[in-house]
Amino acid sequence: MALFGKKPGDKGPLDYANRWPLRLWVGAVLLFLYLPLASLVLFSFNDSRRTIRWEGFTVDWYGKMMGDDALISAFANSLTIAAISTLFSVVLGTMTAIALWSFRFPGKGLFDGVVTLPIVVPEICMGVAMLVFFGTIAPWPHDLVWPFDLGAITIAHITFSFPFVAVVVRARLASFNREMEEAARDLGASELGALRDVLLPHVRPALISGALLAFTLSLDDFVITFFTAGPNTVTFPVKIYSMVRFSVTPEVNAASTVLMAITVALTLIGMKLQGRDIAQMEGH
Amino acid sequence: MSTSPSPLSGKTLIRFENVSKRFGSFIAVDNVSLDIEAGEFFSLLGPSGCGKTTLLRMLAGLETPTEGHILIDGVDMAGIPPNRRPVNMVFQSYAVFPHMNVADNVAYGLKIDKVPKAERDARVAEALALVKLSDFAHRRPDQLSGGQRQRVALARALVKRPKVLLLDEPLSALDAKLRDAMRAELAQIQRDVGVTFVMVTHDQDEALAMASRCALMNRGTLQQVAAPGDLYEYPANRFVADFIGTINLFEGTLSTDEPDHAAVTTAALDAPIHVNHGVTGAPDARVWVGIRPEKIAMTPLDAPRPTGPEALPQANVTSGIIVTSAYLGSVTLYDVETATGTIVKVSSPNGERSANPALPTGTSVWLHWTPTAPVVLVN
Repeated sequence: MALFGKKPGDKGPLDYANRWPLRLWVGAVLLFLYLPLASLVLFSFNDSRRTIRWEGFTVDWYGKMMGDDALISAFANSLTIAAISTLFSVVLGTMTAIALWSFRFPGKGLFDGVVTLPIVVPEICMGVAMLVFFGTIAPWPHDLVWPFDLGAITIAHITFSFPFVAVVVRARLASFNREMEEAARDLGASELGALRDVLLPHVRPALISGALLAFTLSLDDFVITFFTAGPNTVTFPVKIYSMVRFSVTPEVNAASTVLMAITVALTLIGMKLQGRDIAQMEGH
Repeated sequence: MSTSPSPLSGKTLIRFENVSKRFGSFIAVDNVSLDIEAGEFFSLLGPSGCGKTTLLRMLAGLETPTEGHILIDGVDMAGIPPNRRPVNMVFQSYAVFPHMNVADNVAYGLKIDKVPKAERDARVAEALALVKLSDFAHRRPDQLSGGQRQRVALARALVKRPKVLLLDEPLSALDAKLRDAMRAELAQIQRDVGVTFVMVTHDQDEALAMASRCALMNRGTLQQVAAPGDLYEYPANRFVADFIGTINLFEGTLSTDEPDHAAVTTAALDAPIHVNHGVTGAPDARVWVGIRPEKIAMTPLDAPRPTGPEALPQANVTSGIIVTSAYLGSVTLYDVETATGTIVKVSSPNGERSANPALPTGTSVWLHWTPTAPVVLVN
């Protein structure tokens, strides 16, 4: 009865968030999701070799990590691989998305399915496939100078990253008004000119988020990298894994925290840039 | 609407020669031949899917004809891409580039043409003044109303000084009030710049009000190409008569056919129809007679029977009962049912102020018309 005579303190039928069972549930979910990560970060500042008991605050482990040449070189490898694979993934993924969106050609349906296959194929299968491919079919030379020795890993990363870019860019293309492209052509632009002047600005938010996706996927990847990495081409996640095999030290925690911080920061930047770009395009 | 059409130049600017366009098995445009003169405000009119937009897009180079040739200023456009044609288009969605401000949108085509900056700025300013957007040069498109965006699209196309400006349903996205204002303004701009306008519309009012000539299309074929008045008063066939405005169509038989008059008997009415023009091109005696609602006079049945034409006094007069009436202010629209069961539409002007401007339903009335009112159609 009090539908319209609602007092300020009253809960509406849809104010679920104000009721304690739901609040409790949300709290439990957040705890479940973030407690392990929070403890990882916390113990990276623990002044003890053991990761069980809290002994006091220190940043020594970060210092030790910075002094670990093997870890730093693994980190450099990871960043290099991620940068190169992102570049290629964005170009390849965007071209794939435009081709699938814009043209009709024989075998388009098949191509469409095959392109997104690396997203669904189990990582372990991809890893084994890469191992076999680079081991027997197209062996990547071992004795190349840095960064060319990272070629096999980089190619593997491009393989699983570019479909993600293609999917993101294609979703953005779906909202493109083709009359924009026709208008550019009508006003004198060549086909490529119209793509550059009108289509590219429209898909730019997707390019940014696709690039960040590709970068973090590459930076974080363990399974596929593990199968394609050689003794001299260790990446950051692979290095952390090898450290854990001996013992979980706070140094591992510190390294993991750095990786996590980079990933979170990139994601936040991406979301911000994308939000700003889309707001500008759509006029909000 | 004081939009008298611009005078015709007599010089052919655009020529369609037996142009057809097929999409798979669908025939969008079927063997169209058409000349459009320089300086015309030409309208392509027809229901949706009649091929008018396809015809316009072929002119712009956005579609390629399956057969036939399109000539602009005597030059065959075959193989010439849209960016190298002397035409510019105002798109239905306006397609104003969202990431550029108004001035940059208008300057876009000039930048591609490498027009020097000083001249470019002057021409952009001139184009914006033409569409009354001078104060909006640095606005972003999302800060503009629909009508303003359309002006940007118009300025952006006109600034290139095309030989032909193409307009695809330019007013369909605007609300009714703005549409009326833009209708007059578009016609005014066309007269000011003197560029040939080719406009696609499904709205007959738009075409009649603005165009110097219209081509009415249906199912990919041209039905009639004529000035708006001729399209309305002298339709070429039943489709044209029915599409443009409202008309009463009666199927009948030609009983008399002389050079200066003809008579048609129809089962739809209990009186023959006498017209003051001869009928040509009738393959047999089967014809249709069209009479516009405003050309039928209505008097109460208790008044004396109106007299028919001298040559055939029993013709052009019938009677009926008003079954519906719709008072629209300036006119009242009636549906009158005759003794033969036919519904005749009548539109009566409300020329004087009156407490009861419309006749009530159920009133028995005489319907009559002059021999100049009907038009006889043979197909």
